Amino acid sequence: MFKISRRNFVTGGLATGAAIAAASCNPNRGPTIITNKIKDVTLRLMGTGAAQINDIRERAEKELGFKIKMRALSTAENIQIAITQPKQYDIYDGEFFSLPLVVPSGNLQAIDTRKVKNFDKITPIFRTGELYPGARVNTSQGTAPRKVMFVKGQNSTEFATSPTDWATMIPFQFNADTLGYRPDLVNRKIESWAELFNPEFRGKTSILDIPSIGIMDAAMVMEAQGLMKFSDKGNMTREELDQVTNILIEQKKAGQFRAFWKTFDESVNFMSSGEVVLQSMWSPAVTAVKARGLKCVYARLKEGYRGWGGGLGLSKNLSGIELDAAYEYLNWVLEGWVGGFLSRQGYYSAAPENARKYMKPPEWDFWYEGKPAAIDIIDPFGKKIESQGAVRDGGSFSDRMGDVACWNSFMPEQVYLVYKWTEFIVA
Amino acid sequence: MAVTQLPTSGEPTRSRRAKGVNWKALQPYLLSAPQTLVFLLFLVIPIAAIVVVSFWNFNGFAMFPGFTLNNYLGIFTSKVYLATYLNTFKFAFLVWLVCLSISYPVAYFLSFHIKNPKLQTIWFLICTVPFLTSNIIRMISWIPFLGREGLINQALMGLGLTKQPIEIFLFSDFSVVLAMVHLYALFMVAPIFNSMIRIDRNLVSAAEDAGASPFQIQKEIIVPLAAPGIAIGSIFVVTLVMGEFATMRIMSGGKSSSVGYLIKNQLDSLQYPLAAANAIVLLIITLTIVFAILRAVDIRKEL
Repeated sequence: MFKISRRNFVTGGLATGAAIAAASCNPNRGPTIITNKIKDVTLRLMGTGAAQINDIRERAEKELGFKIKMRALSTAENIQIAITQPKQYDIYDGEFFSLPLVVPSGNLQAIDTRKVKNFDKITPIFRTGELYPGARVNTSQGTAPRKVMFVKGQNSTEFATSPTDWATMIPFQFNADTLGYRPDLVNRKIESWAELFNPEFRGKTSILDIPSIGIMDAAMVMEAQGLMKFSDKGNMTREELDQVTNILIEQKKAGQFRAFWKTFDESVNFMSSGEVVLQSMWSPAVTAVKARGLKCVYARLKEGYRGWGGGLGLSKNLSGIELDAAYEYLNWVLEGWVGGFLSRQGYYSAAPENARKYMKPPEWDFWYEGKPAAIDIIDPFGKKIESQGAVRDGGSFSDRMGDVACWNSFMPEQVYLVYKWTEFIVA
Repeated sequence: MAVTQLPTSGEPTRSRRAKGVNWKALQPYLLSAPQTLVFLLFLVIPIAAIVVVSFWNFNGFAMFPGFTLNNYLGIFTSKVYLATYLNTFKFAFLVWLVCLSISYPVAYFLSFHIKNPKLQTIWFLICTVPFLTSNIIRMISWIPFLGREGLINQALMGLGLTKQPIEIFLFSDFSVVLAMVHLYALFMVAPIFNSMIRIDRNLVSAAEDAGASPFQIQKEIIVPLAAPGIAIGSIFVVTLVMGEFATMRIMSGGKSSSVGYLIKNQLDSLQYPLAAANAIVLLIITLTIVFAILRAVDIRKEL
């Protein structure tokens, strides 16, 4: 009989089954040769597509002198591997909401913030949670980064409620999500989440079919309609989940939804084909619809945004010269070039002032200040995405991020949530 | 393949007396060893692992070795999961039915109406042309065709047949069945064609001479003799649809679910024991269907 330990099994099962992507990555680095040459180091990054970009890798290799391997995965695969296959990566590029799952696995080591040069340049949203006095984001619900940013000590896997010297991840990009719509097909301004269930748009709306995010958008709609009130949308009780699902099923049966989307491209296609005129969307998807010559607005809604944040965590397997290299990489990511690169796609850099150094003043004014574009806005790949005179939907950085009402979340009732979401989908 | 016969027990072999190892007798085992190893490593062991995990404990975040029936009890006592299974059966049945009613006439036409064997091959190859592109591309290409502003709706409105675009063309049960039939019909055409082409034409002539009607010829000769092909095609189609999740999601616009999609969602949420239990139940159900088909039709006639 085979003796299957849990880890061996999971590694084997995933390697042969779900994560075929793993085949393209070679985890065998051979025995570590102890030298003091950082250029012999190869760091393996794993993350979702957003920042796994060749331009970033090439620049980093050139400036830092060591090798970097990047591996782009779906959000779910990324978390799976982070938890089940710690030997597969050196740096985990993940979302903050995954931390309540990943940190207890003990696969990440706490990051000494004193060794991160630009740590104090990171926006207070991550460090203290206070953007400016009275901002909605200060009391935002869900897995807000401030709740999972620090652990109690170097070897702790318990989140600290106030800042310590030991960070779980170093944030580098984030954004505020909301509803997108086609102004030419909607014919008026959309100003509330409640509109998603407005019978006026019956059969022309969509919501995303990723249970933990979709349920938050649904909750925003229901709260806006005054149907429900939540103490924390990122931590719903079973009764709340029951009620949300019932309302969702009612809406589905009434034919409110045209379809549900799961991938970025699907959301772009729904919108640009006119199948859907109003739906929950991600910021670069709106840009992509616009790039096809169609009008698309990323609505500023009075109930606020749903925020998300991504950061870099260090594998517990890193030590010695490789750990030094990983810290160098963290410093480099915050240094500004990456920030500028991501900002020009519509994301925010976690260290905005550093990103600013790598942006033209009109670009900064457009992306961060909410001012009309003084020049045509070009994305980092050279494609024009906005014409001169355009204004970013939602306005400035503080207007948008300050108005985040809740964050992508990991709920303690996750199993029940997925179960209820399935009920909604099959209904 | 040249496989030497195993020595029978009553007959002492020369080589055994001569040497300790009888290489001749080992030959068939050695020949089948690579295949057996591949099956063991990539089929038997993974399935055994899934069976084991389906009995493990799960607390919502992590799984622990143990033995619990809760994962299975959850499936059989939940309306949601039962509805998902019923939905999967519904699509398996619908797709099978439509595939059969399209494939049977196509295969019949190919084997009985095209007399020239060369032309037969050419026609059959033409049937396979769409299958040279990837599954996903064939499926997705329906979307711009069926959509609200898609080709069909534009044509219908252009002809003045409808005023409003017809919405049930896309993101509905209709579009799911359509795409699956398109994806899987060939798996039905090929084996039926293969069976029919072996039917002795003299049987048909004899039946005609004896005054049988075309319907009687179908019922008494063609269908019984093509049955192994129909059975093999049905096994292909049913097993493929039972395990479907991508077509179901994309063509229903995520508004409908299958067991495959349920399993995928549970994997994405790291609920491995629940997903494993569902996988085992689905496997058992699908195997039962396959055995039922095999009992009804003796497909060895075909092979």
